[in-house]
Amino acid sequence: MSTFEIVMVALVAAICGMGSVLDEGQTHRPLIACTLIGLVLGDIKTGIILGGTLELMALGWMNVGASMAPDAALASVVSTILVIVGHQSIGAGIAVAIPIAAAGQVLTIFVRTITVFFQHLADKYAETSNFKGIELCHFIALLLQGLRVALPAVLVAVAAETGLVTSLLDSIPEVVTRGLQIAGGFIVVVGYAMVINMMSAKYLMPFFFLGFVVAAFTGINLVGFGMVGAVLAILYIQLNPKYSAQSTAVEEIDEL
Amino acid sequence: MEDKKLTKKDLNNMFVRSWFLLGSFNFERMQSIGFCVTLIPAIKRLYSKKEDQKEALKRHLEFFNTQPFISAPIMGVTAAMEEQKANGQPIDDATISGVKVGLMGPLAGVGDPIYWGTLRPVLAALGASIALTGSIVGPLLFFLLFNVCRLATKWYGLKYGYEKGTEIVSDMSGNRLRKLTESASILGLFVMGALVSKWTSINVPLVVSKYTGTDGKEVITTVQMILDQLMPGLLPLLLTFLCMKLLKKKVNAIALIFALFAVGIIGYWLGVLA
Repeated sequence: MSTFEIVMVALVAAICGMGSVLDEGQTHRPLIACTLIGLVLGDIKTGIILGGTLELMALGWMNVGASMAPDAALASVVSTILVIVGHQSIGAGIAVAIPIAAAGQVLTIFVRTITVFFQHLADKYAETSNFKGIELCHFIALLLQGLRVALPAVLVAVAAETGLVTSLLDSIPEVVTRGLQIAGGFIVVVGYAMVINMMSAKYLMPFFFLGFVVAAFTGINLVGFGMVGAVLAILYIQLNPKYSAQSTAVEEIDEL
Repeated sequence: MEDKKLTKKDLNNMFVRSWFLLGSFNFERMQSIGFCVTLIPAIKRLYSKKEDQKEALKRHLEFFNTQPFISAPIMGVTAAMEEQKANGQPIDDATISGVKVGLMGPLAGVGDPIYWGTLRPVLAALGASIALTGSIVGPLLFFLLFNVCRLATKWYGLKYGYEKGTEIVSDMSGNRLRKLTESASILGLFVMGALVSKWTSINVPLVVSKYTGTDGKEVITTVQMILDQLMPGLLPLLLTFLCMKLLKKKVNAIALIFALFAVGIIGYWLGVLA
């Protein structure tokens, strides 16, 4: 790997790491992170395919409230490096992604705890109405989140070339990699379950079953499902007496 | 004395700063520095005295946490209240904090199901399914569509919040919010149902019966074929329910993922899964 490539890996990894705390542009999602690392390493196609595979597994990973998802950024970046530079199968990539996501979660907790220090520093700057100081606290904390992914990524990238990591991964028996790939086909239900639990209201579950049955017996694609779902939602709101009753009441009050 | 007013440039500046709301997320006060940094252009414009600036900065370094996109209207409302305060309206610190805290909970309750529960899983599943073929269209589609929705929410949310000012508080408590949340949940659940059925693969190749048909060809019936005749996607559905139950019982998601990996490996080893 050339110096240029290593610098680019560090840069992309930092962007993904920052993305995983910001949760704005979604650069930390496997679909984007793996694609970018693939692009940097000159094998974008492998990156895209691995990204798609991991994305389906991570579909329900999200930061809601104070709860934290496994770290998709570190997992995506490192497993893409291993698959491309270490010449591993997609199955091996999946195999390493999950433990790394768990390790990344620990690192994230660590950085989010360090940031408490910047919080108190910001309080001090507020006392002297030092705008620049507060801004610095904010962006240094963000930078640390970038380094959280960039440093491990560079380490792995360098080690992957020496063959050390490769021989380690090669020693994983076929029953494990193949088994993990099979599990990759249904591991996504954990994500679905998280999403459903979040939206869960028992009286809305018929819509879930309707989606399931329609998908099982028809060939409508996801865009079609989105449209049908939107129509159902609008119809439900329009026909639901709990809304129409209240809205007419409000209108009556408005008229008075 | 002329009224102090935020300029369009200030709002643009706040819009860009709001993209970094979560940058210094920490376990003590979560998004507080990010909120403060977003409000800085407004504070600079509205308060010239050091003492007033200090008070405003401290006000916005208090605990804050909400869904990041839906934070924009809250920032708009807060900026509008600061503007009124700077112009001598009798608004005290507690009122501003109260509005912030009062809005962040309910709005997160709307933002989470819309953006994390519906928009992202749907677009990501769409993008990922295209990406599996190796096409760049998959990641691009996800990235562009999601970010267009995100930026639109933040831009119009900030402007709406600022223009509506304190009015928004009463507006949001009405039915509109509940309708929005419920619509998002319906759409999300409907698509989730489709995803469970279409994008999950479990194959049980165990052979139930094997006989030679009249045409001399061997006819094999596997467990999976029987299940598919019964109801395609039945096993993924049952597995989803099991996961929902376990997650509700506070089983860690990572632990669950590892357990399913073990199921995959052992299943393949026994020949039950392929």
